Amino acid sequence: MRLKIDQKHEIDQNDYQREGKLTFNKWNIVKNIFKGWLFVREYLLGNAAIARGLLEAGVGLVAGYPGTPSSEIVETLVDLKGDMPLHVEWSVNEKVALEVAAGGSWTGVRAAATMKHVGLNVAADPFMTLAYLGVGAGLVLISADDPNCHSSQNEQDSRRYAQFASVPCLDPADPQEARDMAAFGFELSERFNIPVMLRPTTRVSHARADVQFGEPQPSCESPRFVKNPARRVALPVHARPLHYELVGKQSAIEQALEGTKWNNLTLRSDDGIIASGIAGLYAEEAVLDLDLDVSLLRIGTYPLPSRLIERMLQHVKRVLVVEELEPVVEEQVERLARVVNPEVEILGKGGLISREGELDLLQVRNAVARMRGLEEKLPSRIPAADKILPPRPPALCPGCGHRATYYAMRKVFGKKAIYPSDIGCYTMAVGMGTVDTCLCMGASITLASGIRFAGETEGICCSLGDSTFLHGGMTGLLNAAYNKARITVTILDNSTTAMTGHQPHPGTGVTATGEPTVKVSLEALASALGAGLVETVDPNDLERSIECFQRAKEFSGLSVVIARQPCVILARRSGTARRSFAVSDDCQGCRICVDYGCPAIEFEGEKARINALCTGCGVCAKICPSSAISEVVR
Amino acid sequence: MRASECDIVIVGVGGQGVILISDVIGRAAVKAGKSVRGAETHGMAQRGGSVINHTRIGCRFSPMVAAGGADVLLALEPAEALRFAHFLSSEGVALVNTSPVLPVTVTTGVASYPSLEEIHSALRNVCRTATFIDATALAKTAGTSQAMNVVMLGALSRHIPLPEDLLLDALAQVVPSKYLEANRRAFALGKAEVE
Repeated sequence: MRLKIDQKHEIDQNDYQREGKLTFNKWNIVKNIFKGWLFVREYLLGNAAIARGLLEAGVGLVAGYPGTPSSEIVETLVDLKGDMPLHVEWSVNEKVALEVAAGGSWTGVRAAATMKHVGLNVAADPFMTLAYLGVGAGLVLISADDPNCHSSQNEQDSRRYAQFASVPCLDPADPQEARDMAAFGFELSERFNIPVMLRPTTRVSHARADVQFGEPQPSCESPRFVKNPARRVALPVHARPLHYELVGKQSAIEQALEGTKWNNLTLRSDDGIIASGIAGLYAEEAVLDLDLDVSLLRIGTYPLPSRLIERMLQHVKRVLVVEELEPVVEEQVERLARVVNPEVEILGKGGLISREGELDLLQVRNAVARMRGLEEKLPSRIPAADKILPPRPPALCPGCGHRATYYAMRKVFGKKAIYPSDIGCYTMAVGMGTVDTCLCMGASITLASGIRFAGETEGICCSLGDSTFLHGGMTGLLNAAYNKARITVTILDNSTTAMTGHQPHPGTGVTATGEPTVKVSLEALASALGAGLVETVDPNDLERSIECFQRAKEFSGLSVVIARQPCVILARRSGTARRSFAVSDDCQGCRICVDYGCPAIEFEGEKARINALCTGCGVCAKICPSSAISEVVR
Repeated sequence: MRASECDIVIVGVGGQGVILISDVIGRAAVKAGKSVRGAETHGMAQRGGSVINHTRIGCRFSPMVAAGGADVLLALEPAEALRFAHFLSSEGVALVNTSPVLPVTVTTGVASYPSLEEIHSALRNVCRTATFIDATALAKTAGTSQAMNVVMLGALSRHIPLPEDLLLDALAQVVPSKYLEANRRAFALGKAEVE
């Protein structure tokens, strides 16, 4: 199959690509003949499998912004890159990543952009118009969805974006499909001169499976940007015909995708199931478990394979559509049924399959059972568990600098102040009373501005992390300065992108591949963007930190506090060791240190105790009114 | 018909090494020529929260074990064993480390931690056997408390359809070589607990 695609790929290239890629295509074909022997099988994370697929397709440029569940794609590429001529970067945000990838593609290099689903909102601007302008070499956009909001602020369905932009979407069910689709995406992109979306979900990106993969292929050796204003300059005069072209090629794309191995129709009884992506695996397992002879159509590509759906609809009397999140498949099934079989009963989002959250085997099995009038399985419950188990919510780490910053902030601004916050580890401090909002990357500053402009007279102190500030906060700060917002902006600078696994950013002085680079100064940026007062403080130095917030609060204009303390996880990994602290008998049991919320402080009997988790930040010693906490002297 | 040869749910607290256990099983399964699936917890929950990993040996379907379908529940922390006990099949086996990690809700006095007896009796009601192992102490005996997860892997090895030599080969691939001997001892001590 790869061989076939490669031959097509060669025929369908436009001229300058042919020049750039021809030698590799011939080489690829030779390599492909041996592929059967070169393949290895390993237990791979879905995201690592995607990285493998990109490398096997000869990707030459990958740009991404970290976001669960997508981050390990770039990280794996960094690990595997070696001395391959491959540009891998953590971009400043997703819009930047997609534009950088588009630049690579237009220069004849296969390129990919990686992001989480909400990152695509940021990248939506280039995404929508790239669909018109098309690609040079293949361009694959990877948008990893997170049904059930495991680590996200919403559970939007990227398939809708693909539909919206008229861009083909590949929806893998497991890591093997993710790897295969990642590689195939480039062929498809080049054949139809269009960006292609790969849409894994958490249960694909963060699944592991035995995955078969081959050797990385070299990327284009003679990259060259070829000027072609009609396809590269989105003037109205160019965009209008390109829109016709985009709409015009949809049915050809659909036909090309229909016969791929990811769409499978098995006609049996006149009850049918149509399932997409990972839901196809749940459906297959449910059918096996219930030992049924239902017809099954598994779908992995969009635009949807209409002819296969039509064949299913002509064959069955009743069909259950199983898909996670939005009824993308179901709506199409309904449309097609009106024409080919108006009598068919269509089941799905209207009760059997949830539109919210993620699906699982039990829900899908029960939906199939209900369709067939069979007994449902009740989810097993353990009543004792609900009664006696203490909740275990995720929390800021012991000694985390964010906790200290929030403590000082709250001390100065008080209970009545408004605290817009943002997306990062620090959102977990919602219990401290300093996280009043969390909307999207960078929205802390802009929401704070809007709250002030609306007439709120209380103090307003917003907070966001260093990576979040660089991602989406800078424009908000500029806007706040320009429009004279009297607010305090706190940059919680732990010098990394902690929540997603400690990726570097422009403030760290290191690139994704570990090379030293310019270390952008947050202080200089804040000043340049128009902040009137910019101060930096170590949050573990509680006294100075409180003074600093006091000055910021009293400042008549836009003030910025940069609270800088490296992430404790990174500090530990780099071998930074501080002496831990202990509670003496002077403890009065006032619980002030306990209420500070550090997991290293416990309350035992009538007194506080510091456990082995202590990282030695020393903040609890400073807030203890009885001076009962001190450094352990060995 | 069974969709999987053996369904395992591994639970614990972020940082305890849940993923390493699944990684070893998965690698060993590949060496044994079996298909294998796993599902991991990444991101926010890792910060001191509950962590769950699904591992399915001899399975070509989704990576998720169905509630009520786990042949083995391997818990690195006792409260987490109970939190995820609904995954256990009535014929299943629970292997539980006895050493608690107190959540913030307990250290701050908002909630209380159940006794091991309460956890044990609740678990016994839902599965065939529940074995409690002081894996944290055994790991120290083996030479490093970090190997608590490998003690539990050793105990698990008696309940999964994979040969021990393949598990040990896989272990050698994922553990730094200077800790390998201690980890091998930890594995053997865990295995002895269920013999």
